[in-house]
Amino acid sequence: MRRLLAFYAAAAYAFLHLPVITLAVFSFNRSRFTVWEGFSLAWYRAAFRDLQLAEAAWNSLLIAAASTVLATVAGTLCAYALWKRRSRLIVASLMLSLVTPEIVTGIALLVFFQGLFRYLNLQLGMHTVVLAHVSFSLAFVVVVVLARLRALDPALEEAAMDLGASEWRAFRDVTLPVLWPGIAAAALLAFTVSFDDYVITSLVAGVDSETLPMVIYAMARRGANPVVNAVSALIVIALGGLVILSERLRRR
Amino acid sequence: MNRLRLGFLAPAALIIAALILAPMALVACYSFLSRGAYGGVEWIGTLENYARLFDPLYLKILARSAVLAAAAASLCLLLGFPLAWFIARAGPRKHLCLSLVILPFWTSFLVRLYAWMFLLRDTGLINTLLLAAGWIREPLPLLYNDGAVLLGLVYGYLPFTVLPLYATLERLDPSLLEAAADLGAPPLAAFRRVVLPLAAPGMRAGALLVFIPCLGTYLTSDLLGGSKTFLAGNLIQNQFTTARDWPFGSAASLVLMGLTLLVVFVWLRRQGENLL
Amino acid sequence: MAPVLELRQISKDYPGHRALDAVSLEIPRGAFFTLVGPSGCGKTTTLRLIAGFEQPTSGEILLNGVPINHLRPYQRAVSTVFQNYALFPHLTVRGNVEFGLRQRRATDAAARLRRALELVQLAGKESRYPAELSGGERQRVALARSLVIEPEVLLLDEPLSALDPNLRKQMRAELKNLQRRVGITFLLVTHDREEALSLSDRIAVMHQGRIQQIGAPEELYLRPKTRFVADFLGAVNWIQGAGVRPEATRISRRPPDGGLRSLPATVLESLFLGSCVHVRARLPGGDVVTAEVSRYDGDFRPGEAVHICWLPADELRFDGA
Repeated sequence: MRRLLAFYAAAAYAFLHLPVITLAVFSFNRSRFTVWEGFSLAWYRAAFRDLQLAEAAWNSLLIAAASTVLATVAGTLCAYALWKRRSRLIVASLMLSLVTPEIVTGIALLVFFQGLFRYLNLQLGMHTVVLAHVSFSLAFVVVVVLARLRALDPALEEAAMDLGASEWRAFRDVTLPVLWPGIAAAALLAFTVSFDDYVITSLVAGVDSETLPMVIYAMARRGANPVVNAVSALIVIALGGLVILSERLRRR
Repeated sequence: MNRLRLGFLAPAALIIAALILAPMALVACYSFLSRGAYGGVEWIGTLENYARLFDPLYLKILARSAVLAAAAASLCLLLGFPLAWFIARAGPRKHLCLSLVILPFWTSFLVRLYAWMFLLRDTGLINTLLLAAGWIREPLPLLYNDGAVLLGLVYGYLPFTVLPLYATLERLDPSLLEAAADLGAPPLAAFRRVVLPLAAPGMRAGALLVFIPCLGTYLTSDLLGGSKTFLAGNLIQNQFTTARDWPFGSAASLVLMGLTLLVVFVWLRRQGENLL
Repeated sequence: MAPVLELRQISKDYPGHRALDAVSLEIPRGAFFTLVGPSGCGKTTTLRLIAGFEQPTSGEILLNGVPINHLRPYQRAVSTVFQNYALFPHLTVRGNVEFGLRQRRATDAAARLRRALELVQLAGKESRYPAELSGGERQRVALARSLVIEPEVLLLDEPLSALDPNLRKQMRAELKNLQRRVGITFLLVTHDREEALSLSDRIAVMHQGRIQQIGAPEELYLRPKTRFVADFLGAVNWIQGAGVRPEATRISRRPPDGGLRSLPATVLESLFLGSCVHVRARLPGGDVVTAEVSRYDGDFRPGEAVHICWLPADELRFDGA
């Protein structure tokens, strides 16, 4: 019985990991077809030489960095305020944001930006993508930071104020330092979900704001392309590294 | 305290108001307006968009989305339960085993769907291997059908069921199983009469966490599905891009949201718990 | 009469240590039998082997003369009251007590359920959940749940240890009473010597995976075969190689008459314990002994010269100890 279960678990882990692992392995294939013809770094060279990919990657990084900073600051402060006292409206809104299908979030933001810009004479672009990413990352940040705060002893701040600290000082000098690993984990999470998003981004992006997932999507639709395998492998390694780091921080 | 707290809430409140609630409200508003000639809307009020959703064509799409989401949730429960059980009993390697389940979820959903395309397409790895082995003459139509979409959904959301199931099974006191055996219950009866009822909250949470995103899924069906696998998410996307019927797309979005919130609401009622 | 349960040369090895070493036991039908010993002595392992949760490395377990080694826990006609009770939290009192009955598809289930609940005085609380019960009530549910399936032997794993001290005394009396009424063989595991001495018909003292001595409570207390048994079951003064229980140790200001053995001593202190007084005194060799005396025997002040005396019949002597 135990052996059967262990065998099953091995199969389940294979199901979860093998597709991406095979993809990564074949990114080193010399052939453009799915027949192994020997090791080669040709597709990685091609990927690094591709200007469209480079620009998209740069855009993705910029967008992820900007939206991460905004969402992390707002989300952390919000989580702290909610920890002090719950607000049904804010919590309900964040839950709404968490359960809303991506496609609905995307079209809602599209409709909103289009409506707004008709009067403001602005266009879709990097800024709209950043705002959209802030919108869906906020709830993630609040969830992660709030979980960390819940594990905190409220008496810490009371002790600080008992010793003469103002509320602001108590937050800055006592709670914030203890909270850092949680905030960092939340930021890394916000970064990964932003870097990874295709559905919402594709709807609110303008001509100058094509992101990496958008390029990969277009290439994937066009058919087999080993360059995509190479880029995919790089993304998986980079994001995987970030997540492992974030988990480390969260556990600390 | 109150002034500090209000100051802290302000940025998030602004984001929530401007980028979460206002867009949703605008979609709700558009759903009652008429279609504009070149996309956009005409400010003429109507209930026509909702009436159109009762067309069997669209009802079928909604039903298909619900059935596929339910199938994905059931499959995830079925496949996730033994895995969660294994992890809960994995001793000191528990955390490693759990991390291995969570890790793929955070490594780019798009890339993971692309990996399945790489495996399943006519010139993909599976067909190439089967052809080379001489087991088939023609490539099997593995990609672009409902089965591929279901596979993609189960693959993508399996971690969502394993986590809550693990949490409940890990708390299950092993002496309860001994007590069941002691009172004459063989393993299967002990599972049915003790493990299943005690794991029920985790199973409900796990099913919900799969059902909700699958109901509104777009990318999975878009990449792995064929022309017949047209789901609610694809319908909405289509109205805002190709069909350029924003009011109808808005109405469809609102109905999808309504269904989602209904499911969440029923679940919260049963569970008495909060996601946040 | 043939024993209801018999262990023959049972050993149990875990990686790195031997938990049980050739344990042999015979438990008479209808007895209240207790395994007592310090934690880690193997008593709980013995119980788990009998219940079938673990398999012995070697040896044989016989129930009514038939080997049951190969039977799974759910096939054995014994039942366990767990240390933490292991009540099913999702089932009511009724659901818990019915659990085994439903597995057996008993035809007279309703009547047996009612009888069991009355036996443990839980009638009227059938629809409560374990979380809504007090510690004592939980224990009674655990007892009823096992008794209702009428096992050949009821195994009790430290059943009183989770209760607070006052309740423990009360439940101890109830447990003894219950066993007399149902007539089922009870096999109790405990580390509490008072519990063992007051409840049992027979006791087996265990130490480091071995049985030290088996016998009636008085026999073990008054005629222990090893120094470990003597020490474990009560306090002992060790005087010139012989053991004397404090209550058999007397103290007097004058040299005693014939028949008593005695040694001169110096009083160190007197501890007033309410029902008695413990007088600690130093013997010429430096050993300190405790005498349990009545407070009517007068008070002994520190520094006072006295005589410690005892009857030769009260001496505990062991071969080679």
